[in-house]
Amino acid sequence: MNKVIKIENGTKQGVLNFLEHLITTDKISGVLTLRKINEKGICDYGFISDAKELKFADPFAPVMPINAAQTLSSLTPTTKPIAAIIKPCELRGFVERVKRVQGSMKNVLLISYTCGGVLPLNTFQGDGSEKIIADYYNAISKGETPGSIRPTCKACEYFVPMMADITIPLLGNSESESECSLIMNSEFAIQISKEFQCEIITSELDSKIIDKVLAVRISEKEKLYNKTKVTKDGLDELVNIFGKCVGCHGCSRVCPICYCVMCDFESHNFDYNIEIFETELEQKGALRLPPDTVFFQIGRLAHMSFSCVGCGQCEDVCPANIPVATIFKKVGEATAGLFDYIPGKDLEEAIPVMIFKEEEFEEIGK
Amino acid sequence: MDETKFTPKIVGFLCNWCTYAAADLAGSSKTEISPLFSVIRVMCSSRIDHNLLLTTFFNGADGILIAGCHPGDCHYDKGNYYARRRYALLKNVMDTLKLEPERLELSWVSASEGKRYADVVNEFSKKIEQLGPNPIKKSSVF
Repeated sequence: MNKVIKIENGTKQGVLNFLEHLITTDKISGVLTLRKINEKGICDYGFISDAKELKFADPFAPVMPINAAQTLSSLTPTTKPIAAIIKPCELRGFVERVKRVQGSMKNVLLISYTCGGVLPLNTFQGDGSEKIIADYYNAISKGETPGSIRPTCKACEYFVPMMADITIPLLGNSESESECSLIMNSEFAIQISKEFQCEIITSELDSKIIDKVLAVRISEKEKLYNKTKVTKDGLDELVNIFGKCVGCHGCSRVCPICYCVMCDFESHNFDYNIEIFETELEQKGALRLPPDTVFFQIGRLAHMSFSCVGCGQCEDVCPANIPVATIFKKVGEATAGLFDYIPGKDLEEAIPVMIFKEEEFEEIGK
Repeated sequence: MDETKFTPKIVGFLCNWCTYAAADLAGSSKTEISPLFSVIRVMCSSRIDHNLLLTTFFNGADGILIAGCHPGDCHYDKGNYYARRRYALLKNVMDTLKLEPERLELSWVSASEGKRYADVVNEFSKKIEQLGPNPIKKSSVF
């Protein structure tokens, strides 16, 4: 059981009231949140430091213009506390980045919520999006899975935030229009909200709703995995799927885990010079251009799949419509499972390739 | 050369301190070793990263053997433990994608184990010969 702040207002308005209090009483210097940038409802992430600007905030908008983990790590470390309202997978991405010394949890009030998934960027911003978004909110208030969300969101088991200072029950919360509860998970959250005038109770997330959604998500995940043939038919299917790759590397640019300024795959290490072309042509008689697209994908899988938080951003931005996220999620589940690792679950849990145990994999190399 | 007969090309990444010395010992003891091996000497088995292995496969190697000091005997104290994790990781990815993970192998061979080196190499060569050529080798779609 945790301390819970009860606000007599809709969830969205309640959260904004709370943030307004934190900003005006100078508890935080600002908040990172989704906000509307025009009447059409287009959203971006904004860092808001003036309470007046909060009227544009739309913290629960079902869209991920970027994975906020990237932005949040550029805002930290900060000397004055800030707040961030982000989705559970973005939070996990942020934790993974902090593990890689690309940010700091210190002085960041992490607010997250039980997530109903996000719409693909084109759906959120496209024609008829108003109805789709209305249907979305309707479905998640009943704890259902909206049909329009990203495939990886439908299959996401980690919709309950991990490592959040404050958790907001949104998914399956039929009262979200009329009441707002903020579940305090950390001492930092309790301290910072001490002066906020409100009713305080003790409560926790409704486990019945969580279990119900989890069961649906797991069965959706199986369906999604069965649909992708890449893990069944080996090299041929891999070529079939990644053969469409245009080599833009957009998937790694938007990935919350891929932080390297100089990506190995974009370095000169794998440049083709005329000698290599000639050798390849001598052996094969023909050559794919641009080369190494499959190599890039397998290399990236081996390099970071164990930290994949399954946000689906890579798949969303892929100009060739390759189901990148699904493949990364599935391969990532296997690689992380090898080390009993859940990306973004715990800051103390070291990245698998950075540590070892003497007594493990003892059958290898015998 | 007879085109129909498959002669595998196998690359061995050998640790300088243990397995490379073992290979030397095997040679100077005149042990019979499979000639299909191209040996690359590395300072430690942990020097080998995934991209190095994948590049080797994509450039047409039929098999890759990584070999280094036994766990606990690393010249740099613990390099081989990291190598073991990384190997398990890539093997797992290859396994999930059904990319013939058996083409990749790791073995611990210490400097005094010249005979073991020959056995490991010969056995692995036989395995790769049975597996046949790496499908990437002749394909122009990569």
